[in-house]
Amino acid sequence: MLKDITLGQYFPGDTVVHRLDPRTKILLVVVYIVALFQAEGWIGYALVTLVTLLCTALSRIRLRSMFKGVRPMLFIIALTALLNIFYTTGTPIRPGWIVTWEGLARAVQMMLRIVLLISGTFLLTYTTSPIALTDGLELLLNPLKKLRVPVHEMTIMMSMALRFIPTLISETDKIMSAQKARGADFETGSLTRRAKALLPILVPLFVSAFKRADELAVAMESRCYHGGEGRTRMKQLRMERRDCIALILGGIFLALMIALKSLCL
Amino acid sequence: MEPIIRFENVHYTYPGDELESLCGVSLAIEKGSFVAVLGHNGSGKSTLAKHMNAILVPDEGRVLIEGVDTADEERLLDVRRRVGMVFQNPDNQIVANVVEDDVAFAPENLGVEPAEIRRRVDASLRLVGMYDFRMHAPHLLSGGQKQRVAIAGVIAMQPEIIVLDEPTAMLDPQGRHEVVSTAFSLCRARGMTVVYITHHMDECIDADRLIVMSNGRVAADGTPAEVFANTALMEREGLDVPETVRLLQELRAAGVRLEGEPLAVEPCAELIAQALLKRSRK
Repeated sequence: MLKDITLGQYFPGDTVVHRLDPRTKILLVVVYIVALFQAEGWIGYALVTLVTLLCTALSRIRLRSMFKGVRPMLFIIALTALLNIFYTTGTPIRPGWIVTWEGLARAVQMMLRIVLLISGTFLLTYTTSPIALTDGLELLLNPLKKLRVPVHEMTIMMSMALRFIPTLISETDKIMSAQKARGADFETGSLTRRAKALLPILVPLFVSAFKRADELAVAMESRCYHGGEGRTRMKQLRMERRDCIALILGGIFLALMIALKSLCL
Repeated sequence: MEPIIRFENVHYTYPGDELESLCGVSLAIEKGSFVAVLGHNGSGKSTLAKHMNAILVPDEGRVLIEGVDTADEERLLDVRRRVGMVFQNPDNQIVANVVEDDVAFAPENLGVEPAEIRRRVDASLRLVGMYDFRMHAPHLLSGGQKQRVAIAGVIAMQPEIIVLDEPTAMLDPQGRHEVVSTAFSLCRARGMTVVYITHHMDECIDADRLIVMSNGRVAADGTPAEVFANTALMEREGLDVPETVRLLQELRAAGVRLEGEPLAVEPCAELIAQALLKRSRK
């Protein structure tokens, strides 16, 4: 059951989207999010949806995998929609009702906005290996090193965390089985009871995670790790022509969205 | 010849401990030899290993790696590059999500040129027989495979010495065999100095030299045949002796004349067969 978590999951592939430099993809996601929040009116939303679908098609990621990423957020999406339906003033659907046409439209748009936001960012993690992602992030944030921001340390921590997710998940499974074998009950009872039942899992998990961290640090040191200074990379990132094209297209998209917004206002 | 590793009266106590973990260890290990270190839990064998690449530094005495003092902070990276360490738990020493990225970790830390790293990574993975798995995720490999990846990750630094600290403790028999034979081939075919720490006596049989640790001291030191012949000591240390040694001893006690001290099963069987043949001829 714990294996279904899609956090930071990567689907290997060899499409244009996969081959783009991670830096390009990170920048494009930022552009995408900014553009998404410029969306005003149905044309704007339709355009963003179209672009999202196009990118998904290019990356050959199945729509079902996309929805899997959205599923954990369904509650928040539904809540946002409900709030928007009831708290937007305008012309009521029927005289006397609280629900307005504007509210309905807003609710749909808000839902769309959240789904698109999640899909866009998931497209990045689905098509970029965690290593490439952290490498790209480190290079992009490199200028911040001048401001004494520990960029290298942050990105190596991130990649370690990603590396240990599967290990810790399988460990959690193991501990859970061990506790179940001794009669622990995780499935029934009130919410507080179930939360309390998790304690015997969390304690051993934390203890072993700290032990792992300790051993990992020693292993890293004995492989000559001494911070980011003087470090080289086996896989050099290089910006290609396709990256330039992608960035230009991203820029055009953003400009289009901003223009559309000012037209609507 | 100057030994590649030299311990000079090394004392070490872990912070907060009352008892000394190493109490006056002096050792010299020859270049290119395969040295097995045997001992039960808490005998100081892991502490000994951690002194070899300056993870621990002696409280008293000194450790020299090719003449370089491990306490010399200036040359810390130099020492660590020369002495590769492989640890017990394969999961806790693999740093990357892809096998080849993990093997590249050490040369990347050393600032090696990208093209050269690529070459070393491929060569190291071929050497341990894991080249076909270079794009795999480490957590999906078996224990023995993970440990071989860890060995490749160390070889990529091009060290002269490899220290393996109980590399087989968490593996199944198949994985144990993979790791032990990889360690031996590094020494025999590549001329690397290997220090192999274990509590499985059967993994030490083919070593050039066997050191038994006990309570922070060297309890026995010699060829495996010499050390195992001292069954009284081995029993006192709570360590097993190969079945072959026990069998030959009991046969001798029963009055059978046997020459030599073979440790592996087949030469031992050969020896007994010959002795029996001689007897029946008489």
